[in-house]
Amino acid sequence: MTFSPALEARFAKLLTIYPEGRQRSAVVPMLMYAQDEVGCVTRELVEEVARRCGVQPMQVDEVIGYYSMLHTKPLGKYHIQVCTNISCLLTGGEELYEHAKKTLGIGNKEVTPDGLFSLEEVECMGACSWAPAVEVNYDFHHHVTCEKLDRLIEDLRKLK
Amino acid sequence: MSDIVHLTVDGKAIEAPPGTLLINAVKRAGIEIPAFCYYDGLKLQAACRMCLVEVEKTPKLQVACTLPVAEGMVVHTDTPTVHEARKGMVEFLLTNHPLDCPVCDKGGECELQDMTFRYGFGESRFLEQKQHIDEKQWSAVVYFDRPRCINCYRCIRVCDEGMGLTALGITNRGVLAEIIPNEHDHLNCDECGMCIDICPVGALTSGMYRYKTRPWEMKHVGTICTHCSNGCKTTLGVRNDEIIRGNNRDRSGLNGEFLCIKGRYAFDFTHHAERLQSPLVRRNGKLEAASWSEALAEVAKNWTAIKQRGGRFGVIGSTRTTNEENFFLQKFARQVLGTNNIDHHRSGDVPTLLDALSGRTDALATTADFYERKAVLIVGADLSQEQPFLAWQVRANVRHHNAHIYVATPGPVREDRVAAASVRYQEGGELASLENLREKLRAEPELVVAFGDAIQGDAVRQLVNFGDSLGVPVKYVALLDYSNSRGALDMGLLPHLGPGYHAVDTPGMSLAAMLADESLDALWVVGANPLGRHVLAASKPFVVVQDLFLTDTAEHAAVVFPAASAYEKSGTVTNLCGEVQRLEAAIKVAGTKPDLEIFGLLAREMGANLGIWQASKIFEEIRGSVRGYNIPLPILTTGGAAQTAALNGHVPAPPRAERIQAAHNTLFTSGSLGQFSRTLQVVLEAPGALYQGR
Ligand code: SF4
Ligand code: SF4
Ligand code: SF4
Ligand code: FES
Ligand code: FES
Repeated sequence: MTFSPALEARFAKLLTIYPEGRQRSAVVPMLMYAQDEVGCVTRELVEEVARRCGVQPMQVDEVIGYYSMLHTKPLGKYHIQVCTNISCLLTGGEELYEHAKKTLGIGNKEVTPDGLFSLEEVECMGACSWAPAVEVNYDFHHHVTCEKLDRLIEDLRKLK
Repeated sequence: MSDIVHLTVDGKAIEAPPGTLLINAVKRAGIEIPAFCYYDGLKLQAACRMCLVEVEKTPKLQVACTLPVAEGMVVHTDTPTVHEARKGMVEFLLTNHPLDCPVCDKGGECELQDMTFRYGFGESRFLEQKQHIDEKQWSAVVYFDRPRCINCYRCIRVCDEGMGLTALGITNRGVLAEIIPNEHDHLNCDECGMCIDICPVGALTSGMYRYKTRPWEMKHVGTICTHCSNGCKTTLGVRNDEIIRGNNRDRSGLNGEFLCIKGRYAFDFTHHAERLQSPLVRRNGKLEAASWSEALAEVAKNWTAIKQRGGRFGVIGSTRTTNEENFFLQKFARQVLGTNNIDHHRSGDVPTLLDALSGRTDALATTADFYERKAVLIVGADLSQEQPFLAWQVRANVRHHNAHIYVATPGPVREDRVAAASVRYQEGGELASLENLREKLRAEPELVVAFGDAIQGDAVRQLVNFGDSLGVPVKYVALLDYSNSRGALDMGLLPHLGPGYHAVDTPGMSLAAMLADESLDALWVVGANPLGRHVLAASKPFVVVQDLFLTDTAEHAAVVFPAASAYEKSGTVTNLCGEVQRLEAAIKVAGTKPDLEIFGLLAREMGANLGIWQASKIFEEIRGSVRGYNIPLPILTTGGAAQTAALNGHVPAPPRAERIQAAHNTLFTSGSLGQFSRTLQVVLEAPGALYQGR
């Protein structure tokens, strides 16, 4: 499997930053970066990362099962992650999540038919101080209300 | 750093070498620290927190299974805090546990049950709905019941580290964490059952044993696996004269807890429906059931007549019968039938090796050497497939001692994964390929060399020369097929060599020569199926067969005797490394007799006196007369393995060199016996492939 030159360079660097014999540490970052380029963690990618890090494909599967931010199915262009963990829950995260479901017409880990949005209910993202929090791809949005969320979705729709 | 560390545990002074884990150090003082995930020989996991103890000057409870001892350490394992912690851990493990002990296979020998009884709360405060996941079948052998799992990772580690396969993993987190098989919804693996037996609870169960019985309803008989030459001890669980399971959880044999699928599950041929349970005599061209006295008389009458008219006998012995039986058989052939036409299916060139090493001590490897020696060279064998226990030893040696493994094979093998270097060769290039390893091997402090049938005759001497030229101590082993392939050789089931490799006066015919002899008058085949692969040239020989099943050879017989299998008799067998172990009869199958008894009855019927046919008496004779077999009895009687001594003296080569052809069984085949094991037939992986590297 080949990747863009930029990603290849990143991988090459990754394999050097861990102590000799600990190259398996690169499994998570490799999957994260590659997932953005490939769209999701495919079978082929699992095997490729396993080979490059010197582990068994099964051991990469374990990592995928453990980390919720690794996805084996393609996401929408904008992946909307709504936190419903304790701080956000207390400040309306649950309502926000229900609202998102209604607005987008999809459920947890589902994608809109046009492929633009996907939705995921997530655990604490470390943004408790600004709860309730929503993350779209890698961007954080703080003190989100239902109205703010609607506006956000509208803006993204216009952006395409 | 001093080489001994002093610590105090529960007020007792304890000493331990530095690096010792606390959980092990306390055992010397008779203190138990409970553990689930800690497992001797596997990597540390620290997943279950059952082993929490108090260590003075450390604020929090410590995990004893990963904590190395330190000088002056003061540990408490018996305080209210520790008791509280253990109760908490057990209660936690039981939150989603179904508590279905009354129907669980593990009930009665479950570590969770025992721990709950000893350290648990006695009641649960968890009132919520338990999370349920349905049981899954991953293969013919392995079933997984998620709710019983306590996430100790033992199964994952034993498959990854012990088997070198990594066929099991874990997915998700927390209460959703779940063990997964390599093919997502099913397993593609060795089906060894190591994961099942190592599971402390009843989460992994086997298709053969599940829901059949309770552990306390069985009697447990430790005997030696009949399927390959490695000689693993398997402890058979028996109820009502039926073998229900095999395992070796008590680590009693040279194999410790290891067993492959064959030793653990392929005992089921014993009660296969086609098992012969009555003698058969050919009448009007058809084999018909007959009484023992009729069948014995028929054979004695014919043999006596053939002998009187100076006819030609051929005797083919077995690679699965006991040393005592083999010894008695060759005596019968040589003394009663008056022939040296005796042979067996040879699988490795042991005689040439013994000759090449004559007079040397410490040049024959033991199975333990594969785990202990610093370097191992494997020539011409797919070890993981053909010699499963040796392969397990090699993997453990790499893990525990950083041993260097060298591989010379025609194709990729699993050992490549742990090898320091692998070379490939085309047939005939075996020895030449070793030159590419010469420099590396010279740098090793010591070496064990295991070779398959690709190395035979003169090549064995050349291999030993190669070993000598390295300038390091080398030990050798010739790889063989079945549980007593070595014993067949040692006991003289050979046309040119008697017991202990002594030359006979006039060498007889080899197996191939007997089958090709058009004027052969009588053929006696014991526990072998030569006509499965060869044709018989003689047109009307009187064929007598002793076997478990109506083999291709038995189909040609005039008389067939129903023989008892290795699991139904006592006696000794010798594994490929020359280690002698005792068989213990686990069951009796109605209508069958051990081969030794059949030999004895035949001798009596012929009016010959070969002495008493009792295994222990014959073993005494073997100890007194067969070179190398003067081994200490207490080792045997206590269930141990005693290595036979090396030879001192020349072993004559056969008059005519013949190609030795091993059976090359895989994990899922066992010569003509494999087809009668349902287990070996139903696994999807069967029959397995050599040189695939998986
Ligand atoms: S049966 Fe053996 S090879 Fe298969 S998963 Fe279990 S431990 Fe691994
Ligand atoms: S299946 Fe058994 S061995 Fe494997 S993690 Fe669960 S409890 Fe441990
Ligand atoms: S390795 Fe050989 S002796 Fe051991 S269990 Fe398997 S078949 Fe039997
Ligand atoms: S609970 Fe939502 S970000 Fe921490
Ligand atoms: S035995 Fe120590 S954490 Fe499991």
